[in-house]
Amino acid sequence: MRLFLLTIMNGFTLAALYFLVASGFTLVFGLMRNVNLAHGSLYLLGAYIGYDAADVTGSWFVGVAAGFLSMAAAGLLLQIGIFRRMEGQELRQTLVTIGISIVLADLMLAIWGGKTYQFETPDWLYGAIRLPLVRAYPIYRLALLGTAIVIGIALWLFLNRTRVGMMIRAGVDDRAMLQASGVNTQRIFAITFALGAGLAGFAGVVGGTALSIAPGEDVRYLLASLVVVIVGGMGSVTGAAIGALLIGLAETIGLAYSPTYGVVYTFLIMVAVLAIRPQGLMGRPA
Amino acid sequence: MTAAAATPTPSLALRLGLTPRHLVTAAALIAYPLLASPFWTVQIGAQILFLGVIALSLMFLAGYGGMVSLSQMTVAGCAGYMIAVIGVNSAHLGLDWPWWAAIPLAIAIAVILALLIGVISVRTGGIYTIMITLAIGVAFFYFTRQNYAIFNGHSGFAGLEPPVLLGINWRDPLPFYYLSLAVAVLSYAAVLYVSRSTFGIALQAIRDNPRRMNALGFHVNLHRVAAHGFAGFIAALGGILYVWLNGRVSPGTIDIGPVINILVIAVLGGMRHPIGPFIGALLFVLLRNFAIDLIDPERFNTLIGLTFLIIVLISPDGLLGLWEKARGWARSGGAAAGWRQKQG
Repeated sequence: MRLFLLTIMNGFTLAALYFLVASGFTLVFGLMRNVNLAHGSLYLLGAYIGYDAADVTGSWFVGVAAGFLSMAAAGLLLQIGIFRRMEGQELRQTLVTIGISIVLADLMLAIWGGKTYQFETPDWLYGAIRLPLVRAYPIYRLALLGTAIVIGIALWLFLNRTRVGMMIRAGVDDRAMLQASGVNTQRIFAITFALGAGLAGFAGVVGGTALSIAPGEDVRYLLASLVVVIVGGMGSVTGAAIGALLIGLAETIGLAYSPTYGVVYTFLIMVAVLAIRPQGLMGRPA
Repeated sequence: MTAAAATPTPSLALRLGLTPRHLVTAAALIAYPLLASPFWTVQIGAQILFLGVIALSLMFLAGYGGMVSLSQMTVAGCAGYMIAVIGVNSAHLGLDWPWWAAIPLAIAIAVILALLIGVISVRTGGIYTIMITLAIGVAFFYFTRQNYAIFNGHSGFAGLEPPVLLGINWRDPLPFYYLSLAVAVLSYAAVLYVSRSTFGIALQAIRDNPRRMNALGFHVNLHRVAAHGFAGFIAALGGILYVWLNGRVSPGTIDIGPVINILVIAVLGGMRHPIGPFIGALLFVLLRNFAIDLIDPERFNTLIGLTFLIIVLISPDGLLGLWEKARGWARSGGAAAGWRQKQG
C-alpha cells in the first residue's frame, strides 16, 4: 500500500514536470504548426544556464529566473531569426529544429562536459515532510507539483481570459482567419514561442533540481513532450495536462512494478490514443 | 540515344535503361576495393553503402510516399538485434539457429515491425508522422536498454558475424565490400522498379493528393502501410550489414543519434531520387572520418549539424537539388535564361 501510494505521488510529480515541458511544446505546435524538436535541448540548456547562474550568485531563485529568461530570449531569437523566414514550410522548419538540436547537444557537451549536476535547493525546500500513509515525502517534490498546478492555472487564465490568449487560441483554430482580421500574427507567434521556450528553460531548472542535469536528459524530455502532445492533442493546455498525467503515472508505475517493460506502457497509451482518437484526447480534427 | 540508332537491335544495357554514366559508375565501384586499402574498402566504402541502403528506405517513404519516418534506423536495428537473438552471438544468449534460418526470420520480424509502425503512423498525416515515428524510435531505444530478457539490456550482443559460405569468409574486407555493394545495387534497383510499378505510381499519387485517390477508390492507408513494409525490408538488409561490420548490436546502435543520422544522410543527399541517400552517405562518412583534419574530432556532431542546417536552409532538395540547379544554370548560360530552361 505504501509503495503504491509513493508510486502514485512520484507519478504526479513527474507528470508535473512533464506538463511544464510539454505545455510550451504544444502551444508552439498548435499555433505555428512548428514541431520544435529542439525543445528538449532548450530544457537542458536552460538547466545548465540556470545552474551556472545559481552557482555564481548563490541563489536558487536567480537560477530559475535565468533558466526562464535565457530560453525565452533564445526562443524569440529562433522565431524571429529563422522560423519566420520559412513560414508554412512545416517539414523544413522541423528539419531545422533537428539541426539545431544536434548542434546544441554537442556544444553543451563541449561546455559542460559529461558530468551530472545537482542543484542546491533553498533550505526551506530541503528535507522531507510527514504525510499520512506515505510517511515521509520530499518537500521539494510537493512544491514542484504545486508550481505546476499554479502555472497550469495561470496558463489557462492567460489563454482564456486575456486578449493575447484569445488571439493565440484563435490562431490555433484558424491562423489565416486571425491574420485576415487584422491581428499582427508575427507578434503573437513571437510571444508564444518565447513563452514556450521559456517554460522549457524554467522546467529545466525546476526539474534539474528534482532529478539531475546530465547529457541525454534532452532526449528524455523531448520524448515526453512528443508523447504528451500526441496523447493530449496539439495546442491544448488541458490536453497537455491530461497527457502528462497519464504518461507520468504510466512511467512511474511501470518502473515500480515491471522495471524491464516500463516504456511499453507509455508506448501503449500512445498507440491506444492514436487508434481511437488520432487527433489526441483534447485535440480537434484538422 | 545515338548508340541505339547505330545498332539494329538495342543491347541489353540499353533495354535496362543503362547509359554510359551507369557503366562508368559500376566499373569504378567494382574496381574501387582493388585500389584502396582495407580501411578505405570497409570503413569508408562498405559503410557508405549500407548507411546509404538504410537512408534509401527513408528516401522511398519520404520521396515517393510523403511520409518522413524517423524510425528506419529502428527497423534496421531490430533486424540486427534479431540476427543476434535468433542466430549465433558470442555469449550464446540467443537461439543459436543457423544463418539460413536466422537471416530470413530477422528480416521478416523487422518487416512486421515496420508494418506495425506503418499501421500506427498512417492514422495521422503530415508532420505528425515525424513525431510518432520519432517517439516510437526513442521508445524502442529505451526499451532495448531496460529489457534484459530479450535484448540483453545495456550491453546488447557481441560476436556477430556473417557466415563463412562457399569457402569465403564474408567478414574479410573484399568479400564484405562486394556483399554490401550487391545489397546496395539490388536495393537501389528495387526502389527504382517499385517507384515505376503500378503500386509506386499510386503511392506517388497518394503523396500528392490523398483525397482524390481515395475518391478514385484506392485504399490510401493500405498503400501507405505497404510502403512502410517495403521500406522496412530494405532497412532490414542495411541493418544486418551494419551489425555484421560492427560485430555487435546494443542500444547505442539505435540511440537517437543514429536515428537522426539516417535523416541527415537522406536530407544531405536529397530525397527526390534513390541515388540521393548514397551521395548523402558519402558526404556523411567522409566528414565523420576526416572531421579530425577540419576541427576537433570530438566536435563532429557540431560540424555535421551545421552542414545539415546549411543544406536545409539553402537547398531543400539536398546535394541533388544543388546539382540540378547548377546544371540548369550551366546549360542556360546564366540566370536570365534559367526560367526558360525550367519551362522546357
